[in-house]
Amino acid sequence: MCALCGLLGDEHWADAVARDGVYTRNTDPARRRRERANRVSVANRALKPYGLRLSDWQGTSFVLTTLTGKSEIVGDLGHLWAAAERLSGRPCDPLDPDYLARLDADHG
Amino acid sequence: MPTMVEGPPTFTPVTLLTGFLGSGKTTLLRRLLCDPALRDTAVIINEFGEVALDHLLVERLDEQMVLLASGCLCCTVRGELAAAIRDLHSRRARAAVPSFRRLVIESTGLADPFPVLSTLRADPVLRHHFRAAGVVATVDAVNGLGQLDRYVESMRQAAIADVIALTKTDLADEERVAPLLERLRAINPTAPLVRVAEGPLPVEVLLSAGTSSFKAVAEVAGPAAHAKARAFSITVDEPLDWSTFGIWLTMLLNRHGASILRVKGLLNLRGEARPVAVHGVQHLVHAPTHLAQWSDDDRRSRLVFIVEGLEPDLIQRSFFTFARLEGTRNPSMS
Repeated sequence: MCALCGLLGDEHWADAVARDGVYTRNTDPARRRRERANRVSVANRALKPYGLRLSDWQGTSFVLTTLTGKSEIVGDLGHLWAAAERLSGRPCDPLDPDYLARLDADHG
Repeated sequence: MPTMVEGPPTFTPVTLLTGFLGSGKTTLLRRLLCDPALRDTAVIINEFGEVALDHLLVERLDEQMVLLASGCLCCTVRGELAAAIRDLHSRRARAAVPSFRRLVIESTGLADPFPVLSTLRADPVLRHHFRAAGVVATVDAVNGLGQLDRYVESMRQAAIADVIALTKTDLADEERVAPLLERLRAINPTAPLVRVAEGPLPVEVLLSAGTSSFKAVAEVAGPAAHAKARAFSITVDEPLDWSTFGIWLTMLLNRHGASILRVKGLLNLRGEARPVAVHGVQHLVHAPTHLAQWSDDDRRSRLVFIVEGLEPDLIQRSFFTFARLEGTRNPSMS
């Protein structure tokens, strides 16, 4: 979904439908599973400072959960950060120096 | 009326012609339409204000030309633009108009190009039949510098452009043109800059907008000080992790998409032999494309950003902090 206008798009760029010339890992089931697992792993490192956790949901969506158990289903990466902001109640800003310092401390 | 012998393409390329008020969009369009390469082109013209001046200035009006009636091509008439393109598509399918193979949309001088591009992507019919083929922005050699300084719309149009068409160079001396060129290079270092006022029209360059070479990406200078829009590039020595890149760019665009006028990237992804190109305008990122091969021995990933009101150093720091989530090393920035 376009974060500006709210229009639903056909696909998220990171999950493009496989077609000529387009790069995607949304191809065979094994590759799709590997990509989803890696995505969940990396996303959880990025989400940890906000007290959020992402998990795969039946290989088709993701579930985003707070430490208190509040949860929301997320279709793709295009919806992840808007949902993270709703659940955490604050902006998820990758340019926030405090946030980056926290990631550096955890993974630097 | 030209005779059409070929059927419509699977995806009709759509070129957006933008540029500030009075910068010569219509003159350029009129010249383009006279070129044989654009003989099978449909045109959508935007009308702004009470009198459709642009409409009156374009000489070739036929059933392949559609005039939007309600003001500026922005979010408020997005539906009308979609309807106009759908209508052309439908009439082409019914052979009610010649089978055009290209669509040119001329926007008003105050329009932000982003809504037009997002319309093509978001509309459930259009996205299966039309593809953005690039943004051509006209910049007036006489008044362009002042407009870039004073009007954010002018600056955004130049920043988003795939090709910048410099107009009225026959009316401006080189002393006036030189600082304009310097400013345009600072705002958008990757777009080819062509002079269209004199000599034959470089139609090929204008039509190939959107397929601009990534060779230019490596030549981007550092951030230009004091510019509203700033271009900078990030170069990464080691292969990138696709998942990490996707999570980072999505997070960045979710919060700062309106300030990221352009992002273009040529990526060396871990596990991929061929380069992957990524191309975005504000919140909109096109489906990444797999290029046939690397053009030379340089296998570094290169990302070019054109941002408005954001600190390049902070974006760079954020990028490499995220890259370390997957252990990317030896980064550098130019």
